[in-house]
Amino acid sequence: MKINLDNASTTKVDPEVVKTMKPYFTKHFGNASSIHFLGLEAKKALEESRKIIAEIINADPKEIIFTSGGTESNNLALKGMVFSNPNKHIITTKIEHPCIMESCKWLEKQGTRITYLDVDPEGFVNLEQLEKEITQDTILVSIIHGNNEIGTIQNLEKIGEICQKHNTPLHTDACQSFTKIELDVKKQNLSLVTLNAHKIHGPKGIGALYVKKGIRLTPLLHGGGHENKLRSGTENIPAIVGFAKAVQLGMDKKHNQHMSKLRDELIKELLKIPDSKLNGPKGNKRLSNNVNISFKYIEGESIGGLLNAEYITSSTGSACSSKSLEPSHVLLAIGLDHEDAHGSLRLTLSRFNTQKEIDSVIKEIPPIIKKLRKMSPLRR
Amino acid sequence: MYSQKTIKRFKNPRFSGEIKKYSGKGKVGNVQCGDIMEVYIKVKDDIIKDVKFKTYGCIAAIASSDALCEMIKGKTLDQALKLKEQDIVVHLGGLPPIKHHCSVLGVQALREAINDFKKKNKR
Repeated sequence: MKINLDNASTTKVDPEVVKTMKPYFTKHFGNASSIHFLGLEAKKALEESRKIIAEIINADPKEIIFTSGGTESNNLALKGMVFSNPNKHIITTKIEHPCIMESCKWLEKQGTRITYLDVDPEGFVNLEQLEKEITQDTILVSIIHGNNEIGTIQNLEKIGEICQKHNTPLHTDACQSFTKIELDVKKQNLSLVTLNAHKIHGPKGIGALYVKKGIRLTPLLHGGGHENKLRSGTENIPAIVGFAKAVQLGMDKKHNQHMSKLRDELIKELLKIPDSKLNGPKGNKRLSNNVNISFKYIEGESIGGLLNAEYITSSTGSACSSKSLEPSHVLLAIGLDHEDAHGSLRLTLSRFNTQKEIDSVIKEIPPIIKKLRKMSPLRR
Repeated sequence: MYSQKTIKRFKNPRFSGEIKKYSGKGKVGNVQCGDIMEVYIKVKDDIIKDVKFKTYGCIAAIASSDALCEMIKGKTLDQALKLKEQDIVVHLGGLPPIKHHCSVLGVQALREAINDFKKKNKR
């Protein structure tokens, strides 16, 4: 049995989504900018998809810009704001996805001041610090909604209130949380929202950025002026249609209930292993599909290696699996020491995981931990 | 990213464990960097009669430890001291460049173990 528990990396495309996409490769393959019938077919599909996504986050369709994915949307949000307001100030957090982190580091070099907010041991942003750090120079606050590593869901409504009070635009990276938790750009006072398809059983290479009316962004790609002049390039209609379908399918509440149940079972059973601890919060403030546990005395890449040998996928925040040989910045930000960060195992569910699979994983993991601990010089 | 040989060794290491009455023990690495290696040797008539390892670390660290043990078992101390990082990498059918430090650790642990033996035997 092959079991995929690395769904925070990417998900399988729902067969329904593939079916919806197919005609747009070979039949309705037009360029949405063309004025002949093929173009009009494409344009119609484009605008219908835009409407579907806009409605779900309570936005106007005109405020949805299609991009190539989460990384591009995050880059456009940050750099687009800075290029319109150079040498000012951005507030973000210490637990962002690398595409925010690396964009911020780059912008810092170009002269933008960046504040990286602290988080508490469960990964929640320090709201007092946020309020204190906002100045007249702050052009943007960017905070990840559901954390990709430890599953922490930030209180966007509270954060939005603070930003509104200071009249500062708020951006959120909602790649992991989209369709799992309510996103309402009005209720949460959001000015920019990053969305993507491949984390929610849609195709890779397609995402969106919600840009609130009145927000001035400088585009990163210049050309034919597509997407409200914010993102030139012929729209990828099959992917956009697939994205919208994935969103529709993902909104079914039963998926969340199913994943939360399996998640809580995994957490409960894995914490029975001695010297293990959960990273991130418990309950409904955690992404319904995220489990992240640290096992003492052993290293995460090895756990993943033995799981992989049983055809179970996983991931880790250990340095050993990174390109930098540094453990995850998120795990360090919540206060883990190096040993606990190296010993972390992330299991992320999708709606396609079954009870039988989880039962099997619960049986497979304890002997793997035991085997590696037996080899470890840290365990006496 | 890993060779078949590396994965095979990692999954079923033949030399993991410790030697209670060892002649020499070497320990290198630290928790910060995520790798700790301990090598135990049993020496008789200048020959490494038995060798075991305990390793905290990644797939490459565990596989390197096991390869090292196999390569030095039955060898004289002088022969063992000639072992180089690259020999372990070759024995494993290659390691990703970023994991080469694991083979370095193996050689260092071995040298520490031999030094420990020599110190104890005043040589």
